[in-house]
Amino acid sequence: MDHERQNPAFYALLAVLIFMSVGPVLLMFVNSFKLDVDIIGGTTGLIFLPTIQNYETALCDILWYELDHLDFCSLKFGGALINSLIIALISTGLTLVIGCMAAYALVRFRFFGRDTVSLTTLTVRMVPPAVLLVPVFGLWNNEFCIGKSTLVGGWIRDMFGGRGDVCLAGTHSGIIIIYVAMNLPFVIWILQSFIVQVPRSLEEAARVDGAGPFQVFFKIVLPLIQPGLAAAAIFTFRIAWNEYLLASALSDRNTKTVPILIVNNMSEFNVEWGVIMATGMLLAIPPIIFTLFASRQIITGMTAGAVKG
Amino acid sequence: MCGPLPPDNHRSGKPVTAQTFNRMTPYLFLAPAAITMAIALLYPLGYMVYGSFRDWDPSQNISETDFVGLKNYITLFFDPAFRESLSVTLIFAFTVVVAEMVIGVGLALLLDRNIRGISVLRTLFILPMMIAPVVVGLMWRYMYHPTVGTFNKTLKSLGFDGVDWLGQHALLSVIIADIWQWTPFILILALAALQSLPASAIEAARIDGATAWQQIWHIKLPLMMPVLVVTALLRLIDAFKVLEVILVMTEGGPGLSTEIVALRISRTATEFRELGTAAAMSNYLLILLLILTLAMFAIGRLQDARTARLARQVQEEEG
Repeated sequence: MDHERQNPAFYALLAVLIFMSVGPVLLMFVNSFKLDVDIIGGTTGLIFLPTIQNYETALCDILWYELDHLDFCSLKFGGALINSLIIALISTGLTLVIGCMAAYALVRFRFFGRDTVSLTTLTVRMVPPAVLLVPVFGLWNNEFCIGKSTLVGGWIRDMFGGRGDVCLAGTHSGIIIIYVAMNLPFVIWILQSFIVQVPRSLEEAARVDGAGPFQVFFKIVLPLIQPGLAAAAIFTFRIAWNEYLLASALSDRNTKTVPILIVNNMSEFNVEWGVIMATGMLLAIPPIIFTLFASRQIITGMTAGAVKG
Repeated sequence: MCGPLPPDNHRSGKPVTAQTFNRMTPYLFLAPAAITMAIALLYPLGYMVYGSFRDWDPSQNISETDFVGLKNYITLFFDPAFRESLSVTLIFAFTVVVAEMVIGVGLALLLDRNIRGISVLRTLFILPMMIAPVVVGLMWRYMYHPTVGTFNKTLKSLGFDGVDWLGQHALLSVIIADIWQWTPFILILALAALQSLPASAIEAARIDGATAWQQIWHIKLPLMMPVLVVTALLRLIDAFKVLEVILVMTEGGPGLSTEIVALRISRTATEFRELGTAAAMSNYLLILLLILTLAMFAIGRLQDARTARLARQVQEEEG
């Protein structure tokens, strides 16, 4: 491949663009290693003593050693990080499995109700989380419950403690199910465009050899759409990992995720910039890693998701 | 294994149960997704529509609430605060989409060259949109900070006065942050569209002596138009979903100047504890987005029809 020589102004433009897109992230990264005194103090420069104290404060509840600078661990960030991981990983896994089965059915079979399903899937893609806030809050708290006097409900109350009826709200599963449902339309849509490209003859050959529809799906189709699965996984994980609004409505003290923690600490009058930037950095690390190692898949997914609206 | 077999050949010998199983296959594949979406998307949406006609308090079960007809919708329609937040939302959404389209497509036209390391460049550009909106809000709130923030520090060190970013110019500041986060999305889609353009058309224009500007204006942009329209609509729909960035940066303030509808819904539900009104508000937003989505479908259909017609014409001329 030949590379044209470009005008120096062009490289200057590139440098400015890179600086603009990466600058704020770098700024947060650098600040997360500064003490608040250094952040607020006059110098903007890079001359400061880097410290991991902010990260220690953030992660104080899961560190194995005592911290000298902290009397009381008020920020339960470690627990939130674990909640975030559980919720994001499980919901990504579920969405992918359920989503690619549905996408396969929509692409490969002609059946009654196919158009309705496919149109519904496309339309619900536009539903914003804010619209789901009210009904989900009501349903998860009041309707999707098991009475504490029933067998299962009583058992759960005996096992895990707590009062009142057993409801979806406040549990990991409550948040996971809404994330799965929210991400399904997009995942189904993206995977459809990948499954269409799997040559039909391959599947037919396998069928002739006596494979059932599920075998064909798992042994032939799934391995071939791996790039699509990777893209879908990253997008689903990103939403589940980053989402704030629904999680804040549905979680209780023990199921808080990281974004909730950050927002709660931001809205207070006196913001501890160093610590908050360290938490922000910790939240941003997984997406940054994905971006650096799987940008090709992300771009494929983005284009596939947009090309046919 | 050569030559295709008649598709139904292998099935004919199987017992009836196997055939029923085959007929049920698509439904079995679809069932988990359909059930999840029905429980956690469609049912809640129906519940919301139902709840929007009721006087609903968070402590109440919905069966205990009173039916109030269209009261919530009518109150909202005449509520200046809701109108304000609706206009803020519309201004925000249309401004960011127009700005992002102009900047994104412009940059794509500039960057559409055969340069070394274009993939590294793209990687760096998608970084802003992968990071959590909460974190984006956090970074910008820091940079906009009146005394500590990067912008004002820089301005002051250059001898200018600081700007009251998140005060007087809150909406503009929020818009700038969104442009920072989402212009790369347009840029990357526009680059992809540019690189899939037929090289022959551009080559022909160049041979005919078209300037770079003429090539862009008369060849590249019209050919990219189908993708650009869909991209803009996708972005517009997404712009109505923005919430966390604004929540972290300004919490809707000062006053109502950055309170978009999504934020107002969440405040009405949690602070004012009026679930019925919040549901009606959500419904207004949903209808707005539904119209946009339908517009996107319609445009997509029209474009498909047009391409098909053009292809037919070409075939007839050649054949």
